[in-house]
Amino acid sequence: MPVDEKLVPAPMPVPEADSREGYYGAFGGRFVSETLMFALDELTVAMKDVVASAAFQAEWRELLASYVGRPTPLSSADRLARALDAEHTKIARLFLKREDLCHTGAHKINNALGQVLLAKRMGKARIIAETGAGQHGVATATAAALLGLPCDVFMGESDVARQAPNVARMTMLGARVIPVTSGSKTLKDAMNEALRDWVTNVGTTYYCIGSAAGPHPYPELVASFQSVIGEEARAQILAATGALPDGVVACVGGGSNAIGMFRAFMKDDSVALFGVEAAGHGVHTDKHAATLTAGRKGILHGSLSYVLSNDEGQVQEAHSISAGLDYPGVGPEHAHLKDSARARYLSATDHEAITAATLVTRTEGILPALETAHAFARVRDIAAILSAERGRPVTLAFCLSGRGDKDLATYLRERERAEKDPS
Amino acid sequence: MNGRIERAFARARDAKRKLLVTYLCIGDPNEAESLALAKACVDAGADILELGSPFSDPTADGPVIARASERSIAAGGGLTMTLRVATALRASYTELPLVLFGYYNPLYVRGTGKAVLAAREAGIDALLVVDLPFGHGDELMTAARANDLRVVPLVAPTSTDAHVARLLQHGADAGFVYYVSVAGVTGNAAAPLLEAAARATQVRAQTGLPVVIGFGIDGPEKAKLAARGADGVVVGTAIVREIENATSPDARIANVKALVSCLRTALDGESAPEAPHPR
Ligand SMILES: Cc1ncc(COP(=O)(O)O)c(C=O)c1O
Repeated sequence: MPVDEKLVPAPMPVPEADSREGYYGAFGGRFVSETLMFALDELTVAMKDVVASAAFQAEWRELLASYVGRPTPLSSADRLARALDAEHTKIARLFLKREDLCHTGAHKINNALGQVLLAKRMGKARIIAETGAGQHGVATATAAALLGLPCDVFMGESDVARQAPNVARMTMLGARVIPVTSGSKTLKDAMNEALRDWVTNVGTTYYCIGSAAGPHPYPELVASFQSVIGEEARAQILAATGALPDGVVACVGGGSNAIGMFRAFMKDDSVALFGVEAAGHGVHTDKHAATLTAGRKGILHGSLSYVLSNDEGQVQEAHSISAGLDYPGVGPEHAHLKDSARARYLSATDHEAITAATLVTRTEGILPALETAHAFARVRDIAAILSAERGRPVTLAFCLSGRGDKDLATYLRERERAEKDPS
Repeated sequence: MNGRIERAFARARDAKRKLLVTYLCIGDPNEAESLALAKACVDAGADILELGSPFSDPTADGPVIARASERSIAAGGGLTMTLRVATALRASYTELPLVLFGYYNPLYVRGTGKAVLAAREAGIDALLVVDLPFGHGDELMTAARANDLRVVPLVAPTSTDAHVARLLQHGADAGFVYYVSVAGVTGNAAAPLLEAAARATQVRAQTGLPVVIGFGIDGPEKAKLAARGADGVVVGTAIVREIENATSPDARIANVKALVSCLRTALDGESAPEAPHPR
């Protein structure tokens, strides 16, 4: 039957603003106050025009090589593999992508250098950042020192206490560390305070977000800078073994090292992707940070993703012994990877992470960050799952996101406690 | 169309009077006092109430409202309580416009459609969701329209012309525009109110919608200054500060009443601008 156009009701006027740009499946978007919209628009344009330009890429990649020390090595962790799987039935090879060897000791510098370089190109006069473990704060303070910009870092008061070495480093680098005393006094609250500062100084200040989270375009911007991890790892493992790995493993806080590792393998259907979250005292307690494992869909810090929130929509305090994973949100792309089942997410408790860190240190001579230690704690299980699926021992590429010098006091304290009370 | 908001602005225009919009963080310090404080605001001359539903991570708010939110949540505050208070207010005031003011996550977690329906049933007239910029919340917009609720858009000093143009196109049923006086969080004492008044006048002319100015209006002089360019002003932090500083329930009521009356008197010394262009 022909449709008389005049009889068709005019469509409800739907604002055309986002047209799904900045979304990963159902997740992502830009949930911020109107005041910040222009700054996010400006940043989106800069991401497309500046970051994508050959000149910017050349400058950033030159710094990655001459300053950060990239490419970082891919180490074969044979003693650890045998310690986890003496029978050789589950793990064929275990490769470690050594982000701990980056200048400043973690993957965070890849992103911080990229963003501070971008801030400079955009003519911004001041850098702000939030930090949990202090690694992103140190990386941003480092990039700001290198490129000659003043830098203020917001850090939860609890994290200031438990990551003292990084506070000292930031101070030495000339950054101002601003302790945040609201809420849970951790990463979530540091990000709240950074957003408040940004909205107040939005014309002149660049907000350098440290994970693949936040409002569009941050998740994409951060992922694009961190993708260098997976690009290198993929080429290195192909060169070393002639084949792709069976699985890729990374820890997930906001999700930047994991997405940086995953992106290069996303289209390789044979490569399984595994993220490991912080289970704190256990995901069945109320003291954990396993957002993808035990959270629900919601909006925090500008994007729609999984969030630890109660029935009233109040965001819950997360708990993890690792300051860098102690966050009740997660980047939106991980939410999509979980829901689309492209990636699988597991979790590890505080205690499991400490135990794993000791094993890694003593078999490989590498002291991993507490964040990374969570992913190490699940390698045996991931190998068990994947080897069962494939009917043979599997090769894993593991993102060793950072070194553990900052966590030495925690490791020693927890080991002492465990010795006194072996239960 | 329920039209309480439109009628309130029309009445003010006819009487050449400025609207006074007052914000309370519902649940600070507790439910019963919030209800009494809301009534005190009305008695003292508030024309529209913004019922702030507390959120754990109020990134658009300064320290005063952030602390109020923490107190409220500790006292059991949240969307459920805010809607309960709205219901009670609606039983007392059939014509008073009520604006539900908050962040998106509590609405989203309840289910956007369900939350909007619950708001309507509680007698809410409009929603102002700070972290849901105009044009980014189709689901909420659609649900609000279906339930005859307004979704109040924000315009900030940093807003682009394109944003204002979109309001013009799609904002016919917005009720009014909330002009944020300053790039910053609530309670910013340095808000440039003269500039805000000038920009609000422009936005009013461009969109044909009534405009109120909020952020940083903490006393009668600033209220008068801002009101020159707008249909009314919003006062939030200053009221919440009175609630925080007073030491007894009676003192809270008395001090909030005194502040609101003083703002009312100041605004009544100002006459309303010409009607915005009819659409
Ligand atoms: C070494 C290390 N790994 C991982 C993380 C977690 O962040 P993301 O999930 O963004 O990689 C941090 C955060 O501080 C970190 O310092």
